[in-house]
Amino acid sequence: MSEPTASVVPQGVEQLDIIGVRHGAFGATGAGDTSGFGGLVEPIVLPGPAHRPFGGWFDEVSDELELALRAHGLPAGEVIEKVVIHRDEITYHVGREHLVPFATLLRDEPGLRFEMCLGVDGVHYPGEAGRELHAIYHFLSITHNRRVRVEVAVPDGDAVIPSLVAVYPTCDWHERETWDFFGIVFEGHPALTRIMMPDDWPGHPQRKDYPLGGIPVEFKGGTIPPPDQRRSYH
Amino acid sequence: MSTDNVTFTSADAPEADSYAGSYETTEGRIYTVSGGDWDSVLPAAEGEHDRIVVNMGPQHPSTHGVLRLILEIDGETVTEARAGIGYLHTGIEKNMEFRSWVQGVTFVTRMDYLTPMFNETAYCLAVEKALGITDQIPERANVIRVMMMELNRISSHLVALATGGMELGALTAMEFGFRERELVLDIFEMVTGLRMNSAYVRPGGVSQDLPADGAQKIRETIPLLRKRLKDTADLLVDNSIWMGRTVGVGYLDLAGCMALGITGPCLRSTGLPHDLRKSQPYCGYENYEFDVITKTTADVYGRFLIRIEEMEQSLRIVEQALDRLAPGPVMVEDKKIAWPAQLSIGSDGQGNSLEHIKEIMSESMEALIHHFKLVTEGFRVPAGQVYAAVESPKGELGCHIVSDGGTRPYRVHFRDPSFTNLQSMAAMCEGSMISDVIAAVASIDPVMGGVDR
Repeated sequence: MSEPTASVVPQGVEQLDIIGVRHGAFGATGAGDTSGFGGLVEPIVLPGPAHRPFGGWFDEVSDELELALRAHGLPAGEVIEKVVIHRDEITYHVGREHLVPFATLLRDEPGLRFEMCLGVDGVHYPGEAGRELHAIYHFLSITHNRRVRVEVAVPDGDAVIPSLVAVYPTCDWHERETWDFFGIVFEGHPALTRIMMPDDWPGHPQRKDYPLGGIPVEFKGGTIPPPDQRRSYH
Repeated sequence: MSTDNVTFTSADAPEADSYAGSYETTEGRIYTVSGGDWDSVLPAAEGEHDRIVVNMGPQHPSTHGVLRLILEIDGETVTEARAGIGYLHTGIEKNMEFRSWVQGVTFVTRMDYLTPMFNETAYCLAVEKALGITDQIPERANVIRVMMMELNRISSHLVALATGGMELGALTAMEFGFRERELVLDIFEMVTGLRMNSAYVRPGGVSQDLPADGAQKIRETIPLLRKRLKDTADLLVDNSIWMGRTVGVGYLDLAGCMALGITGPCLRSTGLPHDLRKSQPYCGYENYEFDVITKTTADVYGRFLIRIEEMEQSLRIVEQALDRLAPGPVMVEDKKIAWPAQLSIGSDGQGNSLEHIKEIMSESMEALIHHFKLVTEGFRVPAGQVYAAVESPKGELGCHIVSDGGTRPYRVHFRDPSFTNLQSMAAMCEGSMISDVIAAVASIDPVMGGVDR
């Protein structure tokens, strides 16, 4: 994926969440594209930020959050970078320095009461300069029967996020897994070691720059390359 | 090995002892015992160490696959317990990023290999949500999904009881459990073609309709299953030996469950009636009548009773599903998503039906092109992320998918209940006897395929 250029952004659209640009019709290159689709240029755009009113209980939770943040001396506009609503699910993008107080409020405020954290997982967006690694937390409120998602983005060169183990002990193994697979360091975790891969494993396997691996499958009279080198559609 | 070994002091313990090598560390001499020669090691370590760390597993019959329990013991008492996992990591999440959305089903069905229907449904619900077609799933497909999931819940709980029973010495329970599970697997084979790893639930519906006499055969199996489940229950419920091993063992209260994110029977054994089938219904679960089973003992026996009674509730749901089964399509109408073929079983195994092959090979070139494009290229899912969760026999099975608008997932992550629930092992076991560790781990019912993915 190359850097997005201004020309692919439609006029009059603000704050597009572009994570990359696709060229051509096929994922793998070098396989000889004779389809005529080689000139295609298409931006990869994630759903953009939502604006009030969000609709449904989303406003209720957001009001509650803003009030609670203010009561704790945190400016809501600064803590919540943006709110994304996609397919009836709400995602709060939060700065890493505010993650622990934010999660504590989610857990403790009577109007929020997200008792259960469903863990954290990572997503790697190598095309998003300065925000390459995302940690995504899912929360469930059994009291109010609601779910929210919290997303924290950090640069690849400084992939450090404060640990939530003290607030939600369930994050223990989830954070270890995210460290193992993405190399995000959770500061304050009691024992941040690899959990799936062997202790001496080099690299973090689920990052996009880490190859899938595999060997060609050989048949009589033919060879099938490993999955990440086969010609494929975007 | 010569008997002289027993007289060695720790200072000159033999480096060459192939059963109990030892070496100096900053914390003293460490013995690694791998054979059955405790007699020669314990005297040597006498008076010098009172700290023994035992590795239970990864190859131990009671560790549910390749789980490694690291126990620090003081006599028979476990003072500290940790779990080592990762021995069954197969990179399913990473692999899925290199396959089409439909192919993902064949990967996820292999995660927790005892609950393939739940893995598939959680994944398909997430893909359907991301596509925005949740409302378009045909009624019959939803009924079949519910029916298959509830049958799967029975087979998973049966394995939990069977292996749990075996680990505590109740071998009859194991024989009963696996025998009854076979009845369910026969149904799976009849409907999907495979006993396990069936890749039956697909984005948009299910891969094929029930066979002509399928519903009838399932209906005929239910009374037998109900009778035999009662046999299993009679064997263990109120059985004093069984209760002696399970009552008050592996205690974890509601606060502990909440903090550790525990769901499923472990959470319901604390008295909280949390069940996603009731609180956030999917696949039309709101149309079925069933009870959420809870107990208040928060111990291994309570979880055992919950599983026994949940199987009965699952049978209730299966019966209701059979009654609701009305003729109709089992795939969405959208031909850009629905797999084009109707599969059928021929003399050479399962494959495309002859009618479909006739259509694409000799009647409609467009149908052939369409089939080819959908199978090789697949459909595109609009960019964005969604999370879908189902109540698997072990707890909340969540699927988080991220799409970049392409024909393959950008990222798939599964929040497997076994993975999260296994974290509670330390809380349940520390301070108890070694034998209670077995009972506690069995009551969590971890399946390492799901834990490690």
